Amino acid sequence: MEIFKQTNFDFLGNKWPFIIGSVVLSVAGLASLGLKGGPRYGIDFRGGAMMDVKFAGPPPADKIRSALSQHISGEILVQNVGGADNEVLIGTQLKSEQELAAARAAMTQTLEAAFGGPEAGRGKLDFNNAGRQVLIGRLRDPMIRAGVASSDAQVSEAVDAMVTFRDRERSGLVTRFEDLSSSAGVSPKILEIVKQECFLGQFAVRRVEIVGPKVGAELRLQAVLATLYALGGMLVYIAVRFEWIYGLAAVIAVFHDTIITIGLFSLFNKEVSLTVIAALLTLVGYSMNDTIVVFDRIRENLKILRREKLAALINLSINQTLSRTVLTSGLTFLTVLALFLFGGAVLHGFSFALVVGILIGTYSSIFVASPILVFWQSSVERRKRPAAMPAAPAPGAAGRRSSAKAVK
Amino acid sequence: MSVTTRSIIIVIVLALTVVLIIGFPTSPQQLVDNIRKNVQLGLDLKGGSHLVLQVQVQDAARAEADRTIESLKEELRKANIDWADISRNSPETVAQTDSIQITLKGVPPAKVGDLRALVVERFPSWLLSLVPGSTTDYRLNLKPSELIALKRDTIERSIQTIENRINGLGLTEPTIQQRGRADADYEILVQLPGVDDPARVKEIMRTAAMLELTPVLDGPFPSQEALLAKHGGVRPLNTKMLRMAPRSEGSESGESWYLVSASAVVTGRDLRNARPSRDEMGRWETGFMLNRDGARRFGRYTESHVGERLAIVLDNQIKSAPVIQNRIEDSGRITGMRDQQDASDLALVLRAGSLPAGIVYREERTVGPSLGADSIRQGVSAGLPGMLAVVVAMLVYYTTAGINAVLALILNAVILLACLSVSGAVLTLPGIAGVILTIGMGVDSNVLIFERIREELRAGKGVLAAVDTGFSKAFLTIIDTHVTTVVSCAFLFMFGTGPVKGFAVTLVFGLIANLFTAVFVSRTMFDWSLGRQRRVTTLSI
Repeated sequence: MEIFKQTNFDFLGNKWPFIIGSVVLSVAGLASLGLKGGPRYGIDFRGGAMMDVKFAGPPPADKIRSALSQHISGEILVQNVGGADNEVLIGTQLKSEQELAAARAAMTQTLEAAFGGPEAGRGKLDFNNAGRQVLIGRLRDPMIRAGVASSDAQVSEAVDAMVTFRDRERSGLVTRFEDLSSSAGVSPKILEIVKQECFLGQFAVRRVEIVGPKVGAELRLQAVLATLYALGGMLVYIAVRFEWIYGLAAVIAVFHDTIITIGLFSLFNKEVSLTVIAALLTLVGYSMNDTIVVFDRIRENLKILRREKLAALINLSINQTLSRTVLTSGLTFLTVLALFLFGGAVLHGFSFALVVGILIGTYSSIFVASPILVFWQSSVERRKRPAAMPAAPAPGAAGRRSSAKAVK
Repeated sequence: MSVTTRSIIIVIVLALTVVLIIGFPTSPQQLVDNIRKNVQLGLDLKGGSHLVLQVQVQDAARAEADRTIESLKEELRKANIDWADISRNSPETVAQTDSIQITLKGVPPAKVGDLRALVVERFPSWLLSLVPGSTTDYRLNLKPSELIALKRDTIERSIQTIENRINGLGLTEPTIQQRGRADADYEILVQLPGVDDPARVKEIMRTAAMLELTPVLDGPFPSQEALLAKHGGVRPLNTKMLRMAPRSEGSESGESWYLVSASAVVTGRDLRNARPSRDEMGRWETGFMLNRDGARRFGRYTESHVGERLAIVLDNQIKSAPVIQNRIEDSGRITGMRDQQDASDLALVLRAGSLPAGIVYREERTVGPSLGADSIRQGVSAGLPGMLAVVVAMLVYYTTAGINAVLALILNAVILLACLSVSGAVLTLPGIAGVILTIGMGVDSNVLIFERIREELRAGKGVLAAVDTGFSKAFLTIIDTHVTTVVSCAFLFMFGTGPVKGFAVTLVFGLIANLFTAVFVSRTMFDWSLGRQRRVTTLSI
């Protein structure tokens, strides 16, 4: 099966609408970033405390906010977790490292007091927020006294079964003790003991992230620096393998992709967290890969078709690699689209960046990186014209040598 | 290389990588266990706590200065050198640690030679210098090499102590290691897989657990002011004012202050053992036993001070101040524990030893086990349709050659997992990003090669020649894309932090595997299938 046999689209002839589109998108992204004072950083980069809490019923955002504001001075953010039922992110910014421990304690205690349920604070243990070890410690003596377990191994086996049920089947929140009886090894007698010793809090803390502002700033700086160094490394490698303008064009294209993606994050008010950074790195890698494939073909064609004008030659190269581009991008796009659609809340920002990134990364190889080569070539020719030199396909001198070697 | 040789290499690599992932299982259960053991998941997928704490090295510098001051006084007395005052400055932050300094005032000019000789001989780690513009005042600074050693030692001991404490909790596979630049960050990274109650663990790690048994000189007083008032507004030399911990949480009214001696009779270092116990009323307490040396000193002291009070001080807070009834040899009790957990936690930190310096938390990331499980489930259910789409598309689009590509991709994934297993790297969420890019580039390599072969076929070349040219031309492109990405990964690895590093490591493994599978393995499969036909005229691609 073949989609494209031999195409001859005039990509570079129609470049202007796309270049304008790129500029508009970049400017819109930058403007949004500028207006909002930079990307909306996640807790990782900003410094703050964040908790992912699942509630038994619809989470009362106002109640959470007012309960917490009595203990925490900063602004309190309560936001629904996309695609998940009754789950919210509760976050607050922290101004100093000293507040870390206090904020965490305040958040846990407030949640316990406000949403623990009627039985909270009466000496019973909150089953939904107790760790495995704590549960074992609590249930061991009563279970052995009641004769439902005769050894520590039996106790931990029963606790494991209940904890696994809670975490795997119920996403960390059990609403009725009776549900526990469906897990293997939990007899009615054990359930009776659990009911005596524990109560079911109306919420479960699923994730905690607390980062000091200094650490956040360091992480941000390091992520940006690492990415810039990586881009520099790629630029140098491409410059050596091809020509420096190729390296520059590729890096500009990648920059373009990153700016638009971060801009879209800002426009859609999505958070840039460490996982999103990983996605951005993926998009950088993908976009670079795509650009190099096109460049490689240009380099090869430069050797064969010496008489051709550069614009026409680039057009030909893009057309020759088009079926590959469409197939690869299409398949990778399908993969990340599935991740975006079915990947759940944790992967949401991550897969969003990839979905956007693959589209833009593919597009930028054709409509950003390639035109830069043409612009550069024509500006070189314009400068050379007074000397009345024939327009030779200058780029590729270095590339020709290295590729000739490698072809053997 | 002949097709046979290449096939043998491929089979060996395949066998090796499979063994690295699944081991030699004898039952399905063991198979699952082995895979779990070999392919480790990161904390973000498995659940657990990731803590970064900073060692307050200035505490150790202050303590070192204090120790030096004590022995300096003694040495000066022995050497008959007079002085008016000895004090030290008080660096408050980690960054100020190097400024630690002892000031010695009022030394008669005639004794300069003696003082210099004394410092050189007795305190070789300190540098003595005259305070500018003075003839009688001196400064002592720690030598730079000593500062470095002191800080390194402080961090090592902190790590050791924390390790002891965490091991005492019986957690599985904790990681405790230094993080960041050794000379500036003083950070320790603690990773606790599967811990879903980090608050308690944090408390256990943070407790300094400095135990001192100290003579009470005066008290109790209802407030600090009352204590000072009785002593004419000035705290007597060589004493400390300490507060007694309230019996129950939150009752500030029962506050009481004691004046205690600055030097302890015995400290936590003289401890042999500690364990939780209950008193006659069934209240929880922590009992401790002293070692021989400590017991001897303690016995001597208690014998001669019967009827006086002795303060049991934990982290500069008096836990209790009982009256010495008679000579006590080798054991004591810390009373007033809230519950059993409190008592056994204290026993644990006492056994593990005290921290040489305070600890401040800088970062906590805890993923509950339910969220980790959800992430994996959703990741798999989202990843599978995508993968399936890739496989179907390759098979439909390239028919027989598509089988090549799919096999190459599967082998790629197997090698990648084996590499992760061998290197001990864990699979994290950012690592999965690396896997996605690997698969993308793996698909791309195959597509590049196949499209090139098709092109050559269209240009009228024979099947064998087309395959040959297709591979060698696409190889150039593949090398360029792969090396570029590996170069960028090298930088990400060198300069990046945790998640960025995880991404880079996974991607590099994936790309190396891909070079092998897409170029070497795929080519071998082509040659193998072509070599079996007598006259090659058609190619299913």
